[in-house]
Amino acid sequence: MPVEHFDAIVVGAGPSGNAAAYTMGKAGMNVLQIDRGEYPGSKNVQGAILYSDALERMIPDFRETAPLERHVVEQRFWMLDEKSHTGTHHRSDSFNEERPNRYTILRAQFDKWFAKQVRAAGVTLITETTVIELVRNAEGRVIGVLTDREGGPVHADVVVLGEGVNGLVAQRSGLRPELRPQHVALAVKETHFLPEETIRERFNLSDENEGVVIEVLGSVSSGMVGTGFLYTNRESISIGVGCLVSDFAEKQIPPYALLDRFKNHPSVRPLLKGAEMKEYVAHLIPEGGYDAIPKLTGDGWLIVGDAGQFVNAVHREGSNLAMTTGRIAGECLARLKAEGRPATEANLKVYRDALEQSFVLKDLRKYRKIPKLLKQNRQLFTTWPAVINRSMQAFLRVDGRDKRAKEAEILRGLKTARGNWLNVAADMVKVARAWR
Amino acid sequence: MTRLAREFHSVVCIKQVPDSAQIRVHPVTNTIMRQGVPTIINPYDLFALEEAMRLRDEYGGTVTVLTMGPPMAEDALRRALGLGANRAVLITDRRFAGSDTLATSFALSKALTRIGEEHPIDIVFTGKQTIDGDTAQVGPGIARRLGLNQLTYVAAIDALDRDGATITLRRRSEGGVQVLRSRLPCLITMLEDTNTLRRGTIQDMLRAARAPVTTWSAEEAGIADPMQCGLRGSPTVVKRVFAPRPRADKAEMVVVEGKTPAQTADAVLDLLFAQSPNLEAALSARFKS
Amino acid sequence: MADAPQQPAGGRAAMQMQLAAKFKDYRHVWVFVEIERGCVHPVSWELMGEGRKLADDLGVDLCAVVLGPRTDDTKAAISQTYHYGADICYICEDPLLADYRNEPYTRALTGLVDKYQPEILLLGATPLGRDLAGSVATMLQTGLTADSTELRIADDKSLAATRPTFGGTLLCTIHTLNHRPQMATVRPRVMAMPEPDRSRTGRMVWHSLGMAEGDIVTKVLEFVSDARIEKANLAYADIVVAGGMGLRQPGNLALVQRLAEVVGGEWGVSRPLVQKGWAPAERQIGQTGTTIRPRLYIAAGISGAIQHRVGVEGSDLIVAINTDPDARIFDVAHLGVVADALTILPALADAFARRLPGRALAS
Ligand SMILES: Cc1cc2nc3c(=O)[nH]c(=O)nc-3n(C[C@H](O)[C@H](O)[C@H](O)COP(=O)(O)OP(=O)(O)OC[C@H]3O[C@@H](n4cnc5c(N)ncnc54)[C@H](O)[C@@H]3O)c2cc1C
Ligand SMILES: Cc1cc2nc3c(=O)[nH]c(=O)nc-3n(C[C@H](O)[C@H](O)[C@H](O)COP(=O)(O)OP(=O)(O)OC[C@H]3O[C@@H](n4cnc5c(N)ncnc54)[C@H](O)[C@@H]3O)c2cc1C
Ligand SMILES: Nc1ncnc2c1ncn2[C@@H]1O[C@H](COP(=O)(O)O)[C@@H](O)[C@H]1O
Repeated sequence: MPVEHFDAIVVGAGPSGNAAAYTMGKAGMNVLQIDRGEYPGSKNVQGAILYSDALERMIPDFRETAPLERHVVEQRFWMLDEKSHTGTHHRSDSFNEERPNRYTILRAQFDKWFAKQVRAAGVTLITETTVIELVRNAEGRVIGVLTDREGGPVHADVVVLGEGVNGLVAQRSGLRPELRPQHVALAVKETHFLPEETIRERFNLSDENEGVVIEVLGSVSSGMVGTGFLYTNRESISIGVGCLVSDFAEKQIPPYALLDRFKNHPSVRPLLKGAEMKEYVAHLIPEGGYDAIPKLTGDGWLIVGDAGQFVNAVHREGSNLAMTTGRIAGECLARLKAEGRPATEANLKVYRDALEQSFVLKDLRKYRKIPKLLKQNRQLFTTWPAVINRSMQAFLRVDGRDKRAKEAEILRGLKTARGNWLNVAADMVKVARAWR
Repeated sequence: MTRLAREFHSVVCIKQVPDSAQIRVHPVTNTIMRQGVPTIINPYDLFALEEAMRLRDEYGGTVTVLTMGPPMAEDALRRALGLGANRAVLITDRRFAGSDTLATSFALSKALTRIGEEHPIDIVFTGKQTIDGDTAQVGPGIARRLGLNQLTYVAAIDALDRDGATITLRRRSEGGVQVLRSRLPCLITMLEDTNTLRRGTIQDMLRAARAPVTTWSAEEAGIADPMQCGLRGSPTVVKRVFAPRPRADKAEMVVVEGKTPAQTADAVLDLLFAQSPNLEAALSARFKS
Repeated sequence: MADAPQQPAGGRAAMQMQLAAKFKDYRHVWVFVEIERGCVHPVSWELMGEGRKLADDLGVDLCAVVLGPRTDDTKAAISQTYHYGADICYICEDPLLADYRNEPYTRALTGLVDKYQPEILLLGATPLGRDLAGSVATMLQTGLTADSTELRIADDKSLAATRPTFGGTLLCTIHTLNHRPQMATVRPRVMAMPEPDRSRTGRMVWHSLGMAEGDIVTKVLEFVSDARIEKANLAYADIVVAGGMGLRQPGNLALVQRLAEVVGGEWGVSRPLVQKGWAPAERQIGQTGTTIRPRLYIAAGISGAIQHRVGVEGSDLIVAINTDPDARIFDVAHLGVVADALTILPALADAFARRLPGRALAS
């Protein structure tokens, strides 16, 4: 016997599920949200970057109550070899604006806060409950969900799947194929605690609200397609690396060994000195890009967030795509409901259309070729960072050799590294074209 | 709090505590860094809650959960509702801050009195102890203040006679278990591992998500004299908080290279008895007879 | 100390003591001597040793409190209090005190305190001691520091009791302002056992309970000694041997059980083994299982996660067996063996069997 009938059930209380539930709740719909965690975002002290814009569109005054760590005033890009890094910094006082654009956050607290807003919007949230599969009627239309708790299925007009990258519910219900190892990265991340003042001094920050982000390419991924990152939170540092699952499988490198090596890199070690490691997490990131996006809608269901592979791996954007797809889904469903139209596959086309109009699909389409490019051009993660660091070395050392000889050496190094000049040129063209 | 012949009613006192494994201490100032520390229901209290629900399922009636804490302690109550508790009461007031066990048991006993006026209480349950305060005193404190029969370290409730208002139970004591008969109303502090916590049904979860949590300030909880609450009502005062000195020495490592397991085992025993001659004596004594 | 550690020194902590006039005459250090079924709990003598030091620091008497029925055991306990340092022994002998029950014991102890006014009252942090201390402190409306690990007389002559909190992550030092007596409980084996001086004697002071059986609601129907029940008694075991995921297969738990049996101890497991159904929940050691404080703890194939460590840190001696030399368990262990538990456990059992007199046949 069904328990109760809702207008919509949202599976997951991550950024995407929360955005969808919040939007529908605000529109007056009777929404049930289900998450398997003890509370939304539970257990993780994990840090991340929050992009204001996507959240601001739903909750304009989020800054007043959301648990934000530091706003980002400086971004560093590093190319790593075993001993050195070469990179760029961008730091600007204009990031100290009234409504900063990017923040570091701790997901555990942020998700909890977001869930509270969702509940305040009238959504019924239940936690510690895992959705096992979707329930369909005789016509194959999705009419509800079955959970791991006793008491039968719960019914709704539509189910929004914001279940994250694994997408097991959708997969088990035959809505999408199994994840492919070359479409997902495995990220391992640790949180290291440091006193606030130490972080401030070590990263050259003027107060406890300013933060730094470091993105890293090169030896950090040991030849695999992947990157490393380091974020400053108020009293902790989040550090991690992520590489394609297929690469991990092939190279047989344990992820934690990779992270250990990164932490012990001479450029990184001093930043973590004296810190106390408190949390280790491993999580998947969908990085297949545009071509990996599964079917997004069907009769009585739609997919939002990581479950739909909505991640821009190049820019490390994920939660904002999750929130945007969640919000757009919520808006579409609220409109259908207001117009008295059922959530059939045909009617849900509006969701796909709206996504096409948004930055979400535009960006993913723009970078459509990047995943393949990276997989086929490992030199971007190995040879290039090494050559660049070697060149910088040659350029900076003052050792009695004349400058022209040095330039020649640098160019020669470049050429030998890639075999011939054609390859050097080809790399540049490939990157430029994929980027376009 | 004399019992009226109405439906059976237990109140379970639960506390929201930081997940102790995640507590950090600021290396310089020695204060607690609470940032990002998840909170849980004090694990010991869950055994009390389950026992109360088990009795309810057998004898009918109601289980109320009660906590004193900051507003966010509502999460703990809601979780308890999802596990199957019927009603939740939160007492929260700035004036409660800094309570020691005496002040905590004072505030809770006032709230219990108020609950009992509306709905007489047969049993007040608490956990054996909390994992943050870790004193095991709040239960006895409540019992004393309310004049309830105090039954601590209860391992099992064998029988309940509602008409005769008696309860038969097992209480852990040194070297054994006391089988006791006492009278209702009483206060029970429940021992760990005495039952297995259930999972609420989907209906429980839906009810919990929407159930109102009754929230009382100090006055509403019937506390007329704030002098007995919080820091003022606490005879003890914490003068210093500090991190324990980490053990300087790591384990002494037994050399295993080139040894058979039997030789390694002998080496372990040699080192063991060298470090603790008492141990050898004690061990030997046990088996002498 | 419900929420104590949030407020470190400063504020109220800096307050000076202004002892109310009614407490001015409270003097002497008292130790409650715990007797259950005729046996004195050793923690009582450990407390006498510690109490002696406090009394000497204050220049006052050390007094023992003995409650129990009038039996030879009680009599023996009374004379022992002097051997362990008591100057005075306060005695309440009554058949109603035969088995521990909260009501008559609380009555007897509060009655004695009201009449003879000690400044410090110490009890063991045992089930009995904690049960009694909690209700006596509430009756007397005074402060109580539970599970102290260090007791000291501060400059202002008050008692500074230090105790772990947050599962041992922190220590805090607690004072009782403006109330007397200052009460503390101390866990067994935290303080050293003093050498008894059998020539010592002292004064006896008798007190009557003034209660009838009819006044006591709770009745003891039976006492089931641990020797007669099968159940795990990890928390109170002297020796504990435990296995973790390093055992690989449920069948290998037998190796842990055998060693435990040879040394006459209890066996336990880390949480994953309970979750996998290899062992019942009552065998789980750690934060969400049982906290143990045996004289000897042997951990085999356990990595030493913090949730496990907090449950075993109180052990006197920890031996860890793990194939990984970097396992966290070696941070708390006193003795480490980097080897395969599956071969070391049987070897240890054999070695103990060989070397413990009277054990050779048991193997
Ligand atoms: C290491 C790492 C670092 C990252 N850093 C950033 C960053 O800095 N900035 C950024 O924008 N993005 C970042 N991302 C990506 C970002 O975390 C994701 O894009 C975003 O969380 C996706 O949101 P979501 O709601 O779709 O999924 P999730 O956040 O994964 O949420 C899914 C929720 O669904 C629940 N759930 C799953 N299955 C079920 C079920 N069957 N029943 C009930 N509940 C279920 C889960 O408990 C979870 O709460 C990072 C990701 C990783 C792994
Ligand atoms: C809220 C919470 C509460 C928890 N409470 C508890 C608790 O109360 N008690 C508890 O124990 N855990 C608890 N845990 C779980 C805890 O975090 C760890 O997961 C658990 O203790 C690990 O158990 P383990 O050491 O047996 O297994 P693992 O971590 O898998 O370690 C196995 C170890 O065995 C070693 N090993 C492998 N083979 C051999 C061999 N042949 N010989 C010797 N060594 C070998 C390995 O090197 C490894 O160190 C809790 C966790 C949470 C989140
Ligand atoms: N703030 C509180 N609110 C409700 N119950 C509490 C509170 N503090 C302690 N308790 C109860 O008292 C028991 C013993 O706590 P403690 O004396 O802190 O070890 C706990 O297991 C709880 O059941």
